[in-house]
Order: sequence, then C-alpha cells, then structure tokens
Amino acid sequence: MKIHEYQGKAVLAQYGVPVPKGKVAYTVDEAAEVAKGLGFPVVVKAQIHAGGRGKGGGVKLAKSLDECKGIAKSILGMTLKTHQTGPEGRVVKRLLIEEGMDLSGAREMYLAVLVDRATSLPVVMASAQGGMEIEEVAAKDPSAILKEHVDLAVGFQPYQARQLAFGLGLSGALAAQAVPFMTSLFEAFEGVDASLVEINPLLVTKAGELIALDAKVTLDDSALFRHPALVELRDVEEEEPLEVEASKFDLNYIKLDGGNVGCMVNGAGLAMATMDIIKLSGGSPANFLDVGGGANADQIKNAFRILLADTDVKAVLINIFGGILRCDILAEGVIAAVRDLGVKVPVVVRMKGNNEEPGKRMLKESGLSFDTADGMGEAANQVVQAAGGAR
Amino acid sequence: MSILVGRDTRLLVQGMGKHGTFHAIGCRDYGTTVVGGTKPGKGGTTLEGFPLFDSVSEAVDKTGANCSVIFVPPGGAADAIMEAADAGIAVIVCITEGIPTLDMVKVWAFLKDRKSRLIGPNCPGIISPGEKCKVGILPGHIHMGGPVGVVSRSGTLTYEAVHQLTALGIGQSSCIGIGGDPIIGTNHTDSLKLFNEDPATEAIVMIGEIGGSAEEDAAEYVKEHVKKPVVGFIAGQTAPPGRRMGHAGAIIAGGKGTAAEKMKAMEAAGIRVVTSPANIGTVMAEALKKN
Repeated sequence: MKIHEYQGKAVLAQYGVPVPKGKVAYTVDEAAEVAKGLGFPVVVKAQIHAGGRGKGGGVKLAKSLDECKGIAKSILGMTLKTHQTGPEGRVVKRLLIEEGMDLSGAREMYLAVLVDRATSLPVVMASAQGGMEIEEVAAKDPSAILKEHVDLAVGFQPYQARQLAFGLGLSGALAAQAVPFMTSLFEAFEGVDASLVEINPLLVTKAGELIALDAKVTLDDSALFRHPALVELRDVEEEEPLEVEASKFDLNYIKLDGGNVGCMVNGAGLAMATMDIIKLSGGSPANFLDVGGGANADQIKNAFRILLADTDVKAVLINIFGGILRCDILAEGVIAAVRDLGVKVPVVVRMKGNNEEPGKRMLKESGLSFDTADGMGEAANQVVQAAGGAR
Repeated sequence: MSILVGRDTRLLVQGMGKHGTFHAIGCRDYGTTVVGGTKPGKGGTTLEGFPLFDSVSEAVDKTGANCSVIFVPPGGAADAIMEAADAGIAVIVCITEGIPTLDMVKVWAFLKDRKSRLIGPNCPGIISPGEKCKVGILPGHIHMGGPVGVVSRSGTLTYEAVHQLTALGIGQSSCIGIGGDPIIGTNHTDSLKLFNEDPATEAIVMIGEIGGSAEEDAAEYVKEHVKKPVVGFIAGQTAPPGRRMGHAGAIIAGGKGTAAEKMKAMEAAGIRVVTSPANIGTVMAEALKKN
C-alpha cells in the first residue's frame, strides 16, 4: 500500500528520522495557516502517489504568505502529470507545507531500504547521486550504488552505517550522524513492515545536518493485519475506482489502458497468460482480473459488473481452469450474472477441468448466446473477432 | 521415480481447519499416505479418520511423518514452517497466501542451517502422479505419470500446461508449484536441478512470470548443466510496469523483471520458449520426438 509523503515522513519521524517541519493542508486557508506557523520560506508540495512531482510543477518555493496562497491555489485541484501518473495525470487534493531548507552548498544523496529478492534479505542501499532516479544510476553506473544486507536476527549494525557513510564520502561529524539516521530508518522499515522506504534526496546541509527532504514509504499489504493504525492511511482517491470496488469483493482487478477485451480468469498466472494470448491474437486486453481459486456466484456477478463498467470493453473472455473450482458452479454464476445484469457484449467462455461437461451443457441450455471454446488459442481468437477484430 | 514426494512420503497436515481438512481428504483420496494432522489443543482426537496431534514434533515421533503441508492462516504460517523444520520434516509445503514478507525473511534465515526444504509459500504444492502422491491442492485427475517434469510459479497456469500435456498423452514425473511470492523456499533453479538429476525425468516444462530474476538465474543453470529438453513460458508479456499482477512477486520494478528479458535469457540458454501459453504441450511433444 502506498502512502503520501507527509504520512511517510510522520512515520519516519516517530522512529527518530530527521525530517523537515511541515503539515498537510487540504485548502488554501489551511496552507496559509501552516505556513504562518513555520515562517518563510516554505515549500508547497503536491501530495499524490507518484514520483516526479517537482518536474511536473507540483513542488514550489514560497517566500511570502501571498506567494504561498497563490501557489497553493494553483496546485490544489490541478491535474499533475508525471512520468509515473500516466498521460491522464492525477488531481491534487492535498498539499504538504514544509519549512524551506537552505540548499546552498548542500549535497543530495540517496538512501533506501527494501527486501532484496535475490538474497531474501533486507538491504540498505545508498548512493551519492541523490535527486536522480535510482534506476538511471543503476543502469549507468551500478558501482555507484552501495549495499548493506541486514541479518534480521541482530538488525542493522552501526558498522554497516559507517561503511555506507564513508562510501558516500561523508566524514567526521556527518559520518557519526549517519549511524542514528540509518539505524532509525531501518527500524522504521522493520517496525511498520514496509516493502520500501526511500529517501531521495537525503539532504546533507552546509551546516552539517542530515535530513530526509523527500520520503516514499510503501507498506507490505500482507502485513497490514498487524498495523491497524496504518490501514487508516490508505487514500482510495489515489486508486482507480474500479480497482477499489473490485478489492471489496476479493477480486484482483487491474485496468489496462487502451484495451477492448475484458477478461475474467482464476489464478494470477493464468490471468496474465490470458492477457498475453489476447495480444498475440491481435487484440488488446482491457484488464487483468483474477477471481481467485474458489470464486462463487456472487463474485462472478460482481466481476462482470466491474468489467462492464469499463465502457471500452467490447467483448469478454472467461477463462477458468477448474482445479478446485467446479465448472458447473462457475456456469451457474455466469448465467445468473448475464441475465441479472443484462450483459449486451459478446461473452466467450472457455472452461476446463472439474465438471467441465455439465458446465458446458448448462451454458448451452441457458438460452443465452455464449460462445464457447475448447483451447486458449481458439478462445482468444474468438473474443478478438467478437470485439471487432485485430487492431 | 519423481522428485521430493512419492511412495515413501508420509504426510502431515498442519492446520486442520475447514480448508486443511478438505485438502487432507483430497490428498488421501489421490493415494498419498496421510499420517495425520496438527491442531494445537486437539491432540489425541481424530477428524475425518485423521489422528490429530498438538505439535509437529509429537506427530513426527508417533507417525514418522517426513513431509508436511501447511494451511495455517497468514499470521501463523511462518511459525508453522519453523515448527516443521525444527521437528525435522524433510519437505515442507506451504500453501498459505499472504504471509508478510519480513516473516519470510526470518523463515529463510531459520531454514538456512537446517536440512528441511520449503516449497512455497503461496503455492499449489507438488504431485508425483506415477507414484500416486499429491501434497497440496492440485487437481489430481488432470495428471498422469510419465517423463516430463513441470515447474511453475503459478497454480492454474500449471494446471493448464499439465492438461495440455496429458491431452497429448504425455505424462509427468512430478509437477511442482513453487509459489508467486517474492521470497520462496525452492526456486526455479533448485527445481530444475532436481529434475535434471532425476533419471525418470526426460524433459522439463518451466513456467515463469514477470518480477525478480529467478528465471534468468535458472536459464544460466540450464545453459551450464541441463542436457534434457526444456520448454519455457513467461506469463505477463503484456503486464504494465509498476503494477503487482495478483502475485506479490509479479511486478516489473524499476524496468527490471520484464518478460522480454526473461525470454531472451531463456532462449540464449537453449530453452524452447513459447510465446503462446496454448503451445506448451505441442512444443513439448516435438521436443520429446526429437530427443
């Protein structure tokens, strides 16, 4: 689960990571109030769940109250487009008003904690090239990224922080400060069950302070059950409405841009493979939808409703492999959903496995016009034709 | 022959709730020797004909269990894996989906100095059809015994591949679902190594998906060590970057873990990579003919 920068910074501050003073504002008046409390200059930062906000015009410095109000007014409600939002952009509804830091003579570095899949260990990563996309640094000069893997039995050790600090070119008092900074950062990562904590940039001020100028905290969805307070930080307005709706019914739905073939599949791997084969058949998948291993009639109905709420969908492919799930139960759900919802677009059903024959018979005898297919390739070709042919 | 589970498997079911009991019966009906289940506090009683035990170590002492399958909910699953490993269970299969990643980091470290092998979590399990042994939730009826080993991160996509093989009369030595999480016990390379060393396995199907670099590592292993034909498929060729495609591990992050990269590495290793999931069976049939 992604959270906003101001929420991430509040979490980090609780663990002792130094962050600039600041507060969230939902209106221009609130922004002005916060700014007055902080004193000028302040930085006005758009809060959306995407990076690249500065380049998109969502982060600005205000030297006076009037300037702050003007900037807050222009950013609130704007559709911010960054390389991470996609072309449709994201409407800004919250601002972070923060004390302006003295950037003259300051250095910007990069620090992150995540789980390294290759070693199955948490890793603290650092780079002296802050402010840049870490992927770019990794592509250009992998040796510029320093790594310290952490043994959770003992936690992140001071020597590891020193190793990173000296590697970043910090010395003296700054290297000493890096130890509590990085230790706190790791404790926050572990404490909230994050999947990523990223400080970019980590500011090293001329005065000799380390401070998290930006913060990105992503929480492990699977661990949220033990952090009820953090669940409250979810901002559903940042998510695709249909995806939010789907999650209410334990459906895993992801909308894809520009597609016209809706698909409903059981299992994540098969759902991805179904998207792939639609594309191979010359069509364009409109979504990823995993109804799970034990989908019931109610879920099938809701899945249909969500698929068809996307008006780009011109035909639907249902691809179910009945391992545990029985095809006759699926057929019952599909028939009920098509009847109750008055589904108008062509529906191609491909089902295999458990009770396949009774399931097929039920579809045939329903009086509804389903297309059925035996193999995945055949099913994909049929649905692409039904959606208007290859594009 | 087969890998990891077979005639000598003595299976213990950890977490005899509704789900666990249902699949315990499924495994027994398929032919697996199920020696009992654990349900703390219910030791000494029976459920559906299965003796219940309070702990894994007690079950091991009394039944000689050498394999376990875990249906414990996410909050307690890591604990269940460690309990099984501590009791000396050789093959631990964890079906549970949604275990916190940091719990798995701890499990991984715990298993490092122990002899147990973990399969999963978030996996369908493993089956050796020729020896009538299934450990997990896989549908037994689509399988048949034979020479092809199947390894995959996914559940239903594996069933799809197996179904294609069986329909063509190609049986399987063992099929292993390794799970869709970022941290798993047995990976593609481990599985390929087992199949490569299994005399009854003549060819291998390897199904991967976007995210991480396990498929690239496995391709490297195939290039160096595997002479048996390998047919490969990667799911998620059309997946958008930065989105988690159902499985916690299936995400293209920072431009890494794309299907294109994986397919390239696999092709370079001599793996017959199919772009369409509908062709896994037919390409394997050709590969076996040539062999």
